[in-house]
Amino acid sequence: MTSELSQRLLQGDKRALSRLLSLVENGYPEGRQALREIFSHSGRAHIIGITGPTGSGKSTLVSGLAREFRKRGHTVGIVAVDPTSPFTHGALLGDRIRMQDLTADPEVFIRSMATRGALGGLAPASNDVVTVMDAAGKDVIMVETVGAGQDEVEIADTADTTVVINVPGTGDDIQAIKAGILEIADILVVNKADRPGAGIIAKQLHIFMAPSRNEGWEIPIIETVAHRDGGVPDLTDAIEKHHRYLSQSGRLDEVRRQRARRQLLAVAQGQLLTRLLASAEATGGLEALVEAVARREIDPHTAAERLIGEPGG
Amino acid sequence: MAQEQKVKIVIAKPGLDGHDRGAKVIARALRDAGYEVVYTGIRQTPEMIAETALQEDADLVGLSILSGAHLELFPRVVQELKKRGMDDVLLFGGGIIPREDIPRLEEVGFKGIFGPGASTHDIVEWVQKNASARGAASRS
Repeated sequence: MTSELSQRLLQGDKRALSRLLSLVENGYPEGRQALREIFSHSGRAHIIGITGPTGSGKSTLVSGLAREFRKRGHTVGIVAVDPTSPFTHGALLGDRIRMQDLTADPEVFIRSMATRGALGGLAPASNDVVTVMDAAGKDVIMVETVGAGQDEVEIADTADTTVVINVPGTGDDIQAIKAGILEIADILVVNKADRPGAGIIAKQLHIFMAPSRNEGWEIPIIETVAHRDGGVPDLTDAIEKHHRYLSQSGRLDEVRRQRARRQLLAVAQGQLLTRLLASAEATGGLEALVEAVARREIDPHTAAERLIGEPGG
Repeated sequence: MAQEQKVKIVIAKPGLDGHDRGAKVIARALRDAGYEVVYTGIRQTPEMIAETALQEDADLVGLSILSGAHLELFPRVVQELKKRGMDDVLLFGGGIIPREDIPRLEEVGFKGIFGPGASTHDIVEWVQKNASARGAASRS
């Protein structure tokens, strides 16, 4: 039996979508039940990841892309992630400031999320939140990461198409050949292309760019000036072209199979840990092992073996 | 997965105020008190504020206003929230609001009104005392 909330979601009820996103984000059993019910309705959306450093114009670009996708007749979901404070666990979610005019469009749905301790640039429930928006019938779902440094590469696991934004004035050409965030790009953007140094960045990216992870796809470098929508139609073209490439080459199936494997393993890992901790906490075994490691009586690896082998022992 | 009871607060500025230092200070103080705070920027219409509260599934909405149009705009935000089925949101507001206007704002549903002289501490304390996350059982 499908719950009332799931039914309303599938019929396009916004209040149901908004409530379900919270239930899923906060890990409630009702959220998991809904995911079970709606999962077969997901898998239709084109999921686009937008990442880049703090202040590179991610929100402004997402806003411009949303307008362009709407012009082309697509409905849009946006997941905007901002960091949680490691000290107070509070968060200031400010991405909507750059997306104000989208609020008037009934076919655009924006949800802000806090990272809640996750380190990969996304929030822990990002994938589930995308699934719910997908089942709600959004054609295009954009996921905007936190301001990313070099290593926040998790977005490439979530998105079909990953867009990495660069801006002028952020370092020399050695930055372009370091491992990490540039390697996950399906499309590279040089935003603020009206600023000095933009041409140099674009040239360096051309020369030092990592080879495409996908045969038959050449990574384009698009120059944009997001605050006045400069280059946004070109970027939208490139994103749609990448989606066509994925579908026509059969890569999309491969990408989604890999994602299914990673998601399954990640969820299983989380559930195992929860069970293990629950039983170890109940017997006090966890604290005893923590003490023993802190006093350097046993090493962490041996302690972990004991924790798993004989919880509470 | 662990369940987490996070209270989400939308801080918004209705009307034509040109600056938002006060709203940002409040947003920051609530962040430091451990809340997830969505801040939307200046020049919001009542429709935009209600739509944001809907999309974010806000538990609380706090309005900040300096222009003197609170008797006009605050009730309209309430109307727009009701239109969207969001009538269980806890509402509070602050700014240049004379004491004699408070009863009329309370009448339309505002539970906390903070006029000139209220400190961020007062507001955070009020939120801590009155806020609760919707949880799963809440009506939708």
